[in-house]
Amino acid sequence: MADDPPRTPTPSGSRKGSGKKAAPAPNKLAPPAAAAQKKSKESVTKSKSQHDAQPPQGIVPLFMATKSQEIYECICDEHVTEDNPYKLIKKADIIQDMKMRAAISDFHPVKQLVLDYPGEELLIAYDPDFKFGQNFFLCATEEAKMEHLHPGGAGAEGEEGVEAAGEEGAEEEDNAVYVYKPPEAKEWVTQGSQVEVEDEIVVDTRDKIRFRASRVRKEFGAAITFEDRDADTSAAEQGLAASCLACPSYADTNFTIKKAELDNAVQAVPEMTDGSSQTDWKHPVTASVQYEPRVISVEEAKVAQQSEEFKQFVQASLPRFELALQQNTIMDVFFDDWAVLGEEDTNFGSKSDSHLKEYQSFTDLQYSKDKTVTCVDWHPQIKGVMAVACCERLTFDERIDNANKLLMSPSLILIWSFADPIHPQLLLEGPDDICCFKFCPTNPNIVAGGCINGQLVLWDITEYSEKLSSNRGNNSKASQKKAAMFGEEMQPETPTIRYCAVSAIENSHRNIISSVDWLPDHYELNRFGIPVENRLSECCQIMTCGTDGHVMVWDIRAPKAPANTKDQQAEKSAPPRPFGVSQVFKHLDLSWKPLLKLSMAKTDSSGDYSPLKFSLTEKQGVRDHVPQPAGGKPETTGMSKVPSAKNQRPLECIATNYFLGSEDGEVIYASFKLEKDNETGKSNVPKPTWSVAPHDGPVNTLQRNPFFSDILLSVGGWTFAIWKEGVTSGAILQSACAPKLYTAGHWSTTRPAVFFLGTKDGNVEVWDLLDRTHEPLLVQNVTAAQVTQIVPWVVSKKQHLVAVSDNVGTLHILEIPWNLRHPASGEKQAVEGFFDREIQRIEYFDKKAVARANERSKEMDKKKAQQAKADEVSDDALMEEYKVEYDSYKQLEKKLLQQLGLIEEEKPEI
Amino acid sequence: MSEVEETIKRIQSHKGVLGIIVVNSEGIPIRTSLDNSTTVQYAGLIHQLTMKARSTVRDIDPQNDLTFLRLRSKKHEIMVAPDKEYLLIVIQNPSE
Repeated sequence: MADDPPRTPTPSGSRKGSGKKAAPAPNKLAPPAAAAQKKSKESVTKSKSQHDAQPPQGIVPLFMATKSQEIYECICDEHVTEDNPYKLIKKADIIQDMKMRAAISDFHPVKQLVLDYPGEELLIAYDPDFKFGQNFFLCATEEAKMEHLHPGGAGAEGEEGVEAAGEEGAEEEDNAVYVYKPPEAKEWVTQGSQVEVEDEIVVDTRDKIRFRASRVRKEFGAAITFEDRDADTSAAEQGLAASCLACPSYADTNFTIKKAELDNAVQAVPEMTDGSSQTDWKHPVTASVQYEPRVISVEEAKVAQQSEEFKQFVQASLPRFELALQQNTIMDVFFDDWAVLGEEDTNFGSKSDSHLKEYQSFTDLQYSKDKTVTCVDWHPQIKGVMAVACCERLTFDERIDNANKLLMSPSLILIWSFADPIHPQLLLEGPDDICCFKFCPTNPNIVAGGCINGQLVLWDITEYSEKLSSNRGNNSKASQKKAAMFGEEMQPETPTIRYCAVSAIENSHRNIISSVDWLPDHYELNRFGIPVENRLSECCQIMTCGTDGHVMVWDIRAPKAPANTKDQQAEKSAPPRPFGVSQVFKHLDLSWKPLLKLSMAKTDSSGDYSPLKFSLTEKQGVRDHVPQPAGGKPETTGMSKVPSAKNQRPLECIATNYFLGSEDGEVIYASFKLEKDNETGKSNVPKPTWSVAPHDGPVNTLQRNPFFSDILLSVGGWTFAIWKEGVTSGAILQSACAPKLYTAGHWSTTRPAVFFLGTKDGNVEVWDLLDRTHEPLLVQNVTAAQVTQIVPWVVSKKQHLVAVSDNVGTLHILEIPWNLRHPASGEKQAVEGFFDREIQRIEYFDKKAVARANERSKEMDKKKAQQAKADEVSDDALMEEYKVEYDSYKQLEKKLLQQLGLIEEEKPEI
Repeated sequence: MSEVEETIKRIQSHKGVLGIIVVNSEGIPIRTSLDNSTTVQYAGLIHQLTMKARSTVRDIDPQNDLTFLRLRSKKHEIMVAPDKEYLLIVIQNPSE
């Protein structure tokens, strides 16, 4: 382009100019191009002028200080910028400013100019490049102002005009004025887009073909007839043109994919669904029916019975009934022999099953070492708790010698629990060595014991009963922890309970109390030994027997009347409880007297029996024969006063007889009911009705069979014997002498034919009367020392234990095996039969003895009669015989004496 | 009449017999040796049982009929002889 070359230098030249004019005219490139031409000329001049620093006409450089800029609002780069350098200022303002600031005003040098200025507004332009010498310039003339503000506005005329104006303008303003120049039409040169366009143009490549179709006019709108035609080759043969192509179906191999797998889903859906929307129909149902049986009147019944059919019916049924009834009586067809057969054989088991298994053993190193255990009793209610009384093993002389030492050592009953085999749970302290004791069956918190000095002692362990039953075993741990806290190793303290009541010494036994027992709770005895009803149904009386020959009955209730006032006074001023002893029996303490005192005088000789054991007929808990106490229980239960005699009803059904076993091996049968002596009117103790001495040593056991209350076992010396109450001729069974002394015995609590015996060398023998009676069923060694007590006990259904105590203070608990605790079927009957047979045997022998005695006496009589007769007849003959004998005897005597040389031979007379 | 009495007495005196009841076709006791409440109970229950037993037998074989019914329990045995019009019930304790 022709204009191009000159363009390049233009920008450099007119840069200064265009810098001021850049804002106004983007579409004035063309004019600037023209202006640029001029400018190229002008630039030379301008550059010259610049060198000369001569501003063009109408342009006055002006320096504006900051203050002035602020006044006229033309601060550099704020109100006026390079792009927008123009600012119109009112002339009036300038004049005012000049007046105000006089010489200071920036317009002062151009004062005259401003005053002469024709217009109202002057144009100030920012000149950052200092083209005119200062940072601002002022357009002094209107034309210059116009030029600047509207550069090229008048230059639409021609180029020349523009040029001319441009020259002027260029000189004045130095900016190129863009003049609009319409575009010239030029030759169009294709750049390649023509091909696409041509493609799109539809151009005929050949001439258009013309066709003309015609039809007969009548055929228009004629009826149409269609006919069928086969679309196969036969049609072609028919001569018809194959107007249609048949497309028979064929098996396209593309589509013959054999489906090997087929996804299929099956769901079992009920074909029917039930729905209901209404409530259930509650139809009424009979809740209860009350009915009465139909009855017919007696007359009708009679009539019916007399009818002919009835007779026939009865006659016809009779044989059937007879058959059935007789069948039943002959034998029981439904009896299962097989089941019963196996019962006894199941117990064969192994040998180990049939001995007493050691379960536990209790001994206390402090309290029971080297002492003998005199009595053992199980707690009636709490399982696994038993009490043991320990005594020093000294003879009477030794006791006297060591009396001082013995006073210091306490006499104790130890209460053991299975939970703790090392430490006893409780200690009961007595005044002296305790020989026997028993828990009260109805109130197990009361223990009655008999001492070696003849006193009867009571303990009350109510406070510790919970401790015994609940925390067994926890106690020791807790107290051990406490001890550990203080850094000491303390043994857990076993609580000791002192006795709460002891009998008065003058009224007690004079010798040791050998046996103590509670009277059953369904009766009590009054002062005369007559059993009366016990309203409280609690055990309140104790019977004791001692070797001083007395049997005493004690009552633990307070005695009546005169002592009452004293007691009440004493109670009011009661001192605080000494030793923490229970005050329940305070009324008895030290003043207890027996209710009844029976001395056992010997029947045949003088003196008393010294009973060791006794056995009452009545058993605790067996009260079927006792009528219910009338009037119900009295209001005050517990230890009330002894009721007055007249309120009590005597009970006839209680047996007042009892057995005693003595130190000499005798078994005595006596009664505790006092007899009234008709002569003196006093009540006397009756003498024992019967006694026998079967044993060689003191009787240490006299006990009734728990199943048969009239069968007793007595064990003493080297033998034992079984008695039946009422059979006075002798023992049912008396054993042969055993190799060792029997020192203890007890019936088994579950098997009526079994009992246990203890020997001096520590063996326990188990005897079974049904098995064999000449030797024990089982002999087992339990301890090395002498067995002192055997007490079996049923702890639970599966566990039967027997407590065996010995002479060195140890209590062994053994478990009874199955075959010794489970009664065989029919054992009770078998035992009963056994005893009956034995009794029959005794009776038979008695009878026989009697019969034989009769016979013998008869014979003797006969003989005597005969003798008497013979004597009379041959009296003389006898005398002669005697004489002859006497003579021969004399001769013999002479001969002998001569031989001996005691008599000289008679010299024959010379 | 006396024969009937005699027969009944004969049955009653058999060993172990506790009681004897005669019931008519409607189930009402006609004659009994037990107390009233027991009789009524036995009559009602045994009558129903006998009817059921009889129907069972006849269902199996219509030509058949029930002749005697013995019901043995732990404590005793109940014997029943049915008839067209009457029912004779005897209770026996066999183990004596």
